[in-house]
Amino acid sequence: MKRHLLEAGDLDRADATLVLDTAGQIESALAGREVKKLPTLRGRTVVNLFYEDSTRTRISFELAAKRLSADVINFSAKGSSVSKGESLKDTALTLEAMGADGIVVRHGASGAPHRLATWVKGSVVNAGDGTHEHPTQALLDAYTIRQRLGRLDGVRVVVVGDVLHSRVARSNVWLLSTLGAEVTLVAPPTLLPVGVGSWPVAVSYDLDAVLPKADVVMMLRVQAERMNASFFPSAREYSRRYGLDARRMAVLPDHAIVMHPGPMNRGMEIAAEVADSARSTIVDQVGNGVSVRMAVLYLLLGGAPE
Amino acid sequence: MTMSSELPAPPPTEPSAGGPPPLLGADDVARVVDRIAHQLIERAASASPAGAADGGLADLVLVGIPTRGAPLARRLAARIEAFSGTAVDVGTVDITLYRDDLRLRGVRALEDTRLPEAGVDGRLVVLVDDVLFSGRSVRAALDALRDLGRPRAVQLAVLVDRGHRELPIRADYVGKNVPTARTQKVEVHLAEIDGLDEVLVTGGEQ
Repeated sequence: MKRHLLEAGDLDRADATLVLDTAGQIESALAGREVKKLPTLRGRTVVNLFYEDSTRTRISFELAAKRLSADVINFSAKGSSVSKGESLKDTALTLEAMGADGIVVRHGASGAPHRLATWVKGSVVNAGDGTHEHPTQALLDAYTIRQRLGRLDGVRVVVVGDVLHSRVARSNVWLLSTLGAEVTLVAPPTLLPVGVGSWPVAVSYDLDAVLPKADVVMMLRVQAERMNASFFPSAREYSRRYGLDARRMAVLPDHAIVMHPGPMNRGMEIAAEVADSARSTIVDQVGNGVSVRMAVLYLLLGGAPE
Repeated sequence: MTMSSELPAPPPTEPSAGGPPPLLGADDVARVVDRIAHQLIERAASASPAGAADGGLADLVLVGIPTRGAPLARRLAARIEAFSGTAVDVGTVDITLYRDDLRLRGVRALEDTRLPEAGVDGRLVVLVDDVLFSGRSVRAALDALRDLGRPRAVQLAVLVDRGHRELPIRADYVGKNVPTARTQKVEVHLAEIDGLDEVLVTGGEQ
């Protein structure tokens, strides 16, 4: 593995499989235990550097690091020197001086983790940067698919919704195709990025047409905060054309699963009855997130520094 | 990691073709496993209340330390069942996440950790490994076990004890004591993983 995990493309097939296998072994090692804690990263320091609010991702990383016995520092931009104008570089150098072995960074600007990685000696893990990537989310999605369907090779994954703004979609496209899955993006034309033609995916504007052959339907969150530029006529129309309701779910093959990275807009991109159905893996994804992040932290920080 | 036996072994073709003669051949390994199985049955019986129908074996859990301790534990269980007619619980505990030398080396892929459903609380756990060397693997296994439950007692069974302990740890059941130089390597090959059973001592001054 490389020293950092900045984007899904950092992982080749062997590395990605190693992360998923390691997560599986960690999960089985901790299953049924009273003490869900391993001494692996004792004495190491992991900093959660969050410039954007994200309770669930931060808690997931925090729990993963703590279960490996690392010391965890949570640094949120709000109320810190960042609000007094400190630059990312100065913050990074401060953390470096304090001896951070790993920095988990969430930033509103695409590429911020890449810059950070050039300034620090420790490992940098991208926990979401702008509209760019969110590689650990893609890893936990891949882990969940493998857990439910038993394989990734040849699995048909349909990713539905706001691909343009979705770092989850981007990371999933790269990781899933590395792992041999066939990805189809379904979105209104206005919510597909320029250059999607060069991605290793199929594109469709018609959700109903692709559902009967899907093994996995991954719904993306409609990000209300990014919907100020008239990407589609109305919430109602979006929901009618691209929302997953019970009628559409009934079209899916029997084994197919429904995923959502959360937080959900119930009734918008996903109907409540779909979100709560047995096909939905939404709760599994959260639990798997901790195992996968433990695997990533172990593989990046567990061994000797290069 | 200090235990040379856990290095990935090259795929063997012929039994020690061209190299030194094996310290233990396939027949020797089988005999050693049988002997330890008998010892485990005896000890379990002596520790159990008189007249216990299972001879105390229901209390016993064999826990293999991957890689090669795991198949050894399964073999021991199979032989105990053949000799006594009682099936015993088997598990494996991967100790990688408990090692104290992770920082000195690169990370490695994890292996299985699986305990029998009944767990280890209040039972006699016998850790099973192929080679006992510095004792650090065993300490890591003891640490792992502590997080998994509270056994009544923990014992250690190894195929080969090669000496050079760095910790106050000794085995309760030893297949063969092998005095070695530190520079030597003890390689254990098992049919389940390597295609044949043998124990080799290589390198260093013989």
